[in-house]
Amino acid sequence: MSDAYIYDVVRSPRGKGRKDGALHEVTAVRLSAQMLNALKARNGFEGHAVEDVIWGNVTQVMEQGGCLARTAVLASDLDESIPGLAINRFCASGMEAVNLAANQIRGGAGDAYIAGGVEMMGRVAMGSDGAAIAVDPSVAVDSYFVPQGISADIIATEYGFTRDQADALAVESQKRAAAAWQDTRFTRSIIEVTDQNGLTILDHDEHMRPGTDMQALGSLDPSFKQMGEVMPGFDAVAKLKYPHLDRVNHIHHAGNSSGIVDGAAGVLIGSKAFGETWGLKPRARIRQTCKIGTDPTIMLTGPVPATQKILADSGMEIGDIDLFEVNEAFAAVVLRFMQAFKVGPDRVNVNGGSIAMGHPLGATGAIIIGTLLDELERSDKETGLATLCIASGMGAATIIERV
Amino acid sequence: MTDFTMEKGADGVAVITWDTQAKSMNVMNEQGFFDLEALIDDALSDDAVKGVVLTSGKAGSFAGGMDLNIIARLKDIAGHQPEKGLFEGVMRMHGILRKIERAGMDDKNKGGKPIAAALPGTALGIGLEIPLACHRIFAANNPSAKIGLPEIMVGIFPGLGGTTRLVRKMGAMAASPLLLEGKLNDPKKAKSAGVVDEVVPAEELLDAAKAWVLSNPAIAKPWDEKGYQMPGGAPYHPAGFMTFVGASAMVNGKTQGAFPAAKALLSAVYEGALVPFDTALRIEARWFTNVLMNPSSSAMIRSLFINKEKLEKGANRPDVPDQKVKKLGVMGAGMMGAGIALVSAMAGIEVVLIDQKQETANKGKSYTADDMDKRIKRGKATEAKKTAALDLITATTDYDALKGCDLIIEAVFEDPKVKAEVTKNVLKVVGEDCIFATNTSTLPITELAKASDTPENFIGIHFFSPVEKMMLVEIIKSQQTGERAVAKALDYVRQIRKTPIAVNDARFFYCNRCIIPYINEGIRMVAEGVAPALIDNAARQLGFPVGPLQLVDETSIDLGAKIARATKAAMSEDYPDAAVDEVIFWMEGEGRLGRKAGAGFFDYDNKGKRQGYWPGLAGKYPPAQDQPDLYEVQHRLMFAQVLEAVRALEDGVLEDIREGDVGAILAWGFAPWSGGPFSWLDIIGTPYAAERCDELTEKFGARFTTPPLLREMAAQNQGFYARFALQNPEAA
Repeated sequence: MSDAYIYDVVRSPRGKGRKDGALHEVTAVRLSAQMLNALKARNGFEGHAVEDVIWGNVTQVMEQGGCLARTAVLASDLDESIPGLAINRFCASGMEAVNLAANQIRGGAGDAYIAGGVEMMGRVAMGSDGAAIAVDPSVAVDSYFVPQGISADIIATEYGFTRDQADALAVESQKRAAAAWQDTRFTRSIIEVTDQNGLTILDHDEHMRPGTDMQALGSLDPSFKQMGEVMPGFDAVAKLKYPHLDRVNHIHHAGNSSGIVDGAAGVLIGSKAFGETWGLKPRARIRQTCKIGTDPTIMLTGPVPATQKILADSGMEIGDIDLFEVNEAFAAVVLRFMQAFKVGPDRVNVNGGSIAMGHPLGATGAIIIGTLLDELERSDKETGLATLCIASGMGAATIIERV
Repeated sequence: MTDFTMEKGADGVAVITWDTQAKSMNVMNEQGFFDLEALIDDALSDDAVKGVVLTSGKAGSFAGGMDLNIIARLKDIAGHQPEKGLFEGVMRMHGILRKIERAGMDDKNKGGKPIAAALPGTALGIGLEIPLACHRIFAANNPSAKIGLPEIMVGIFPGLGGTTRLVRKMGAMAASPLLLEGKLNDPKKAKSAGVVDEVVPAEELLDAAKAWVLSNPAIAKPWDEKGYQMPGGAPYHPAGFMTFVGASAMVNGKTQGAFPAAKALLSAVYEGALVPFDTALRIEARWFTNVLMNPSSSAMIRSLFINKEKLEKGANRPDVPDQKVKKLGVMGAGMMGAGIALVSAMAGIEVVLIDQKQETANKGKSYTADDMDKRIKRGKATEAKKTAALDLITATTDYDALKGCDLIIEAVFEDPKVKAEVTKNVLKVVGEDCIFATNTSTLPITELAKASDTPENFIGIHFFSPVEKMMLVEIIKSQQTGERAVAKALDYVRQIRKTPIAVNDARFFYCNRCIIPYINEGIRMVAEGVAPALIDNAARQLGFPVGPLQLVDETSIDLGAKIARATKAAMSEDYPDAAVDEVIFWMEGEGRLGRKAGAGFFDYDNKGKRQGYWPGLAGKYPPAQDQPDLYEVQHRLMFAQVLEAVRALEDGVLEDIREGDVGAILAWGFAPWSGGPFSWLDIIGTPYAAERCDELTEKFGARFTTPPLLREMAAQNQGFYARFALQNPEAA
């Protein structure tokens, strides 16, 4: 069995996912192709050196439909002999692309892959691909479907997190992201988005609000209270599933939940032989990967069982991990992770996360692996674990270690 | 003799008249369908006929619905595969309605003859599903008519195209109150909702329908036209998406997952919305079959439709002449007395409402005025009706006004001495034939009857609060109560259009006997450290309107404490509920008397709105780290009531399981989906029930001891209704 190594990671800056966002004029294909082109240009491989492009993307309709991975390859400088696989594991799609690629290499199916993903949330609306789990009564009723925001609020209720705790985590995310940009910690991975003439469209994460404080967040109304308590009344569904709860504590709002953004990321993964062929030095080994299904109603607790499983599978303990990236889908997800493993904030999301910088669904899994690797190198640490909660009740995790 | 006749007019309009023999309202059965089909075939193939009007021979109504016995017959047709009989039977009926809808058009919607429905009034269930298959619905402007699809109320859903057609006609959002809540409208509201197309004066109904038929109208349904789009959007249309996401959540939350029909209905709507019309009808038929095969729907139909009506029509009435009440005396003008006066006056009965003080008597009468005002506001009554009701009520302190009363209902303070005195004073005034009833909820009737020299004329008529809303009346017979008194009570209940059950006298009669252990089991669990929310939510998920703790808050802790003290005094050392009392007396001591005190198991804001469980409760009885599973909590709550019902049957308090089932649903909202306590035992099976009781007894105590009757039936794997049918072949 060959080991799988990360040779390079790139990501786009994240644009606000709305009509006045900087990336709103960029197509999903073009942004994806820029990531592929950057990896090719930076690493100098040619022809069929890469076995496949595995591209995560959640809302696979319209310009993101029709196997975007293959379309992006054809729109890029990559050789047409490289095919393209579009995948969807919701918020962990970008991570699943990396994990699939790593495991293909470990299993001997090719020497190198590009894995990553894209989501243009301002151009292709979240949910516009439909979802039987939400709409088909045969599934929605029996699985006690509630939207993610309600799930996040259920986590807060079940595990006792307050609005203040969630807001404090959000303020910290903003502070850390701003400091990381200030300190140029993302520079190695960031690929400026340019137009067809080479003019810069976006060179920084646009969603950040560095000045955010507790007072500013305190003025925001909870986002999911109305749909929970009044119309259509998702709290009643939550209480059917968790009858020991008297009520759901609605603590999440736009300021302590992940931002809706446009963005993309790509990771070049290969065997040792691949590096030797192209004269590239591996940056990290993908030590272990994992995915798991969990309770679909509370839905977003997946990082806990995923981390338990990946640690067990790799014979490691929580103390063996130097740094964690836990996707900030909602503040309570990260609070629950830290609570479950008794891990302090000094090891988790040290350069901020999706609350500050945004969560381009299909790309985030690849983005946080890159952020983790950059930080391990910068702070000269060895081992990192990235994990995400996933819609419909799933979790995914990846452990990387520097080589 | 057929229920459908056709007359072909010289103008080219064939009028089909539906007139079910020997029924006041039309009811559909298998033969009716075939007769209707034959007439439609005739009209469509006769060149002299230009179109059809389908109407009713009953003044003021089109049809009341389906003969629900048809379901059992369809099941029987296919022998060992009842689901096949149902599905094929339903598809056959779909075919007939679809023939009406297509009316001879070819696949390009060319040709065909217009068919209009002309509804003189009420059109329910199949009585609306047939018109929905016609090309235009005319309704007479008859404000007392009710138009709608109430199937969901008895645990099924409109399964002969009503669901599919209404959703395609109005959109899922607009159709949902009609389908999911069984909401009925008068003709005008039905038109503004889009259910019917035209409302015309009754005398112009037929002419208007005929004129439309002759106007050479376009008749193809929108869903049979190219490019049809569902109003409000199909499930994967951006607008429809949110509707459908919300619909599942609302149905789930409102039904607490306890009513299979609502979910099946929603699935039929969703899956049907994604396919062409004929496929949608087939999908509807599959889900309809699925619901009809669910034991819950049979049980609900049996209790809430068939047996409820039988009890209302006097299934257990002694064979004595008509005892309709002409003049009623109500003793005590408190909440119960005032409510009894209201419902009686509304039924046209003359009422003498007596209290010790004129002021209180007047206040009792004004309850009727206030209630009628509310009804007028909602368009449910008129000033004339209000005046008529008030004119029937005499509020006074003068016992002489009771002269000529043929029924007295005593509703004074729950104190045997007070009651005895009132009884004696009344009996001095009224005639020998007058029946005297007490509305006590807790005191033994046999004891109270001692105040009367004519105990054969003494009976209990137990109303539930609020009288005007609660549909059940529990009639209690003492050992001496005579047949005429029973008939009087039953005839009176029928006059006020409520449902009676008649039980024998014993502590707490039937209903309270079952409710009290339910409440006590909930309180017991609090003391054990079960999370209060789990207790109440477990009950709600069983289909109870409120959980036991919330119910205590509504009825008040001091009432519970009072009943507990009295029961304890009466039972002395056999008293089983010390663990419950500990909680109740402590709550009472803390001033947590319930909603009325703004403080009970729940906290309340100053408007009386619940604010969550009182934190002090967790202080005294901290929830255990390990909570029991939902299933165990539910079984404790369920068996606590159901075993009491079985014991009431064993003791002879209950003489008829139909009364036990119907009474439980109407009096305290016992899991309606189950059909009642005895139906529930039949659904889970008596052998399993006995086994569960043994387990619960071992774990939680003797109160779950398997009653001998249940033990005996379990040994034979016999169901309560099977046993009842053996014992009462003509009733079952």
